Amino acid sequence: MIIAVASGKGGTGKTTVAVNLALVLGAVDFLDCDVEEPNAHLFLKPCIQAEIPVTVPVPEFDKQKCTGCGKCAEVCAYHAIAVIPSPGKKPQPLIFPHLCHACGACSLLCPVGAIREDQRNIGVIEKGFRGDIRFIHGKMNVGEVLSPLIIRRVKGLIDPNAVTIIDAPPGTSCPVVAAIKGVDFCVLVTEPTPFGLHDLTLAVDLVRQLKIPFGVVINRAGLGNDAAEDYCRTECIAVLAKIPFDRAIAVRYSEGETLIDKVPGMTDVFNGLYKNICQVKNEADRCS
Amino acid sequence: MKQIVVLSGKGGTGKTVMTGALAALVDNKVMVDCDVDAADLHLLLTPTIMERHEFKSGQKAHLDQRACVRCGRCLEVCRFGAVTKNLLIDAGSCEGCGLCARVCPSHAITMEDNLCGEWFVSETRFGTMVHAKLGAGEENSGKLVAQIRQAAKEIAKKELRDWVIIDGPPGIGCPVMASLSGVNAVLLVTEPTCSGLHDAKRVIDLGKHFKIPVQLVVNKWDINPVVTEQIEKYCTDNGVAVAGRLPFDRAVVDAVIQGRTIMEGDSPSLKSEIVKIWENLRGAML
Repeated sequence: MIIAVASGKGGTGKTTVAVNLALVLGAVDFLDCDVEEPNAHLFLKPCIQAEIPVTVPVPEFDKQKCTGCGKCAEVCAYHAIAVIPSPGKKPQPLIFPHLCHACGACSLLCPVGAIREDQRNIGVIEKGFRGDIRFIHGKMNVGEVLSPLIIRRVKGLIDPNAVTIIDAPPGTSCPVVAAIKGVDFCVLVTEPTPFGLHDLTLAVDLVRQLKIPFGVVINRAGLGNDAAEDYCRTECIAVLAKIPFDRAIAVRYSEGETLIDKVPGMTDVFNGLYKNICQVKNEADRCS
Repeated sequence: MKQIVVLSGKGGTGKTVMTGALAALVDNKVMVDCDVDAADLHLLLTPTIMERHEFKSGQKAHLDQRACVRCGRCLEVCRFGAVTKNLLIDAGSCEGCGLCARVCPSHAITMEDNLCGEWFVSETRFGTMVHAKLGAGEENSGKLVAQIRQAAKEIAKKELRDWVIIDGPPGIGCPVMASLSGVNAVLLVTEPTCSGLHDAKRVIDLGKHFKIPVQLVVNKWDINPVVTEQIEKYCTDNGVAVAGRLPFDRAVVDAVIQGRTIMEGDSPSLKSEIVKIWENLRGAML
């Protein structure tokens, strides 16, 4: 089973929920797919044993073969190639690597086969262990933009026989879709504030659109108002767990500590969360 | 006219609360909410929408089943997993490169413009605000950010505003870079946690990459004074000025629940700190 932990709003506690759920379950695979700002490693403190560079193909021109016909610039939907007129010479192709989506159209459609693909490094995937937990995360290089691609590469390492927990990025756009697509269950973490509620409703729209069974965890319960819980009740969304607001938890988090074993009652909260995930998922399976 | 973007790297550190406070404090400005996939600034500024625009960006492949000869060429060339084994287009995965349409021998695939959101010019009690709503699961958030920033800049120029104040998205990816390009300063709001520090470092690197000055605010600093000092030291060592600190205060949550900025809330100490932060930020830009 693959469980993704997501939220519309950032900073609601996705990483806290994902990490502590992994710790109560023990032998699981943990994938941090927030490749722009991966944080789970700060809490799980895994022993990293392997690094895999993430590269993308980027066109490289054979200046001899190139006739300057401009086909590559014409077919590039991302305006990543310009063919510049050059006085006294044939027009010269110019590539903007950061705009390239690595679709391969230019190299495939070049009439004279003057484009081959070189590999450009955009990030790294690191693998390791924390006890029985197999840990994998992706980390995008600063200044890059193709986070969905790195997320797909991280997810390519999923072991179908393992229970997998995915820590997703915030928001509701393409990186989130890349992280939660194809998972069996989505845990949406919110906080009881108007910001938390508003972004929860956006996240709910997204998981419903993707037809992923889901439930909600209310983090920092007691800090704000009851609007998030009222919303869940009205929309018939299961509240899987509530984590109370407690300054001691905030301090633990700030120090990079996990909640299990450190904050009384938390092991029960996360065991209860897993039980509720299984129950809601089973009900969803029966209905579909 | 000068532009300031509020960023954080890590989500939920208080970008929108800070931007809302600046909206209330700073005169003669245009506000922009560039967190287009989970926009929240409108919850504090309660805008009245004056103009509404469609946001079309990129294209998606559409397959005409009647013309399809089921050769599978589209599946072969697509690198985004947007053609299923049964030769159907998965619009959610399609990145609009158009290669499938170009190689399809029976011309069964056409590329159609993708309506992926809306953007708005609104009036608020603190002046003009430009904001947007990206459809759930859509891409091209960077382009939508660029679009609303352009609109805000034009308004600011036309109406001789002094400032464009931008609420940025979390992360360091495509929409963040679009929020950052060409601004005069970044106000980095972080929290005194190991993740706050980790993510702030990446935003500082991004600022360096684009040669844009960054100033720091540690929000909820008293949750962990030791980490606060670590972050501030890291910043001063790396050419990032410390604009101020905000304490953890329930008055922030109370104000948000009432749909008010903290400048309209009940904590005089928060207000005076915000004034100090703004003076520092403004001082560095003059």
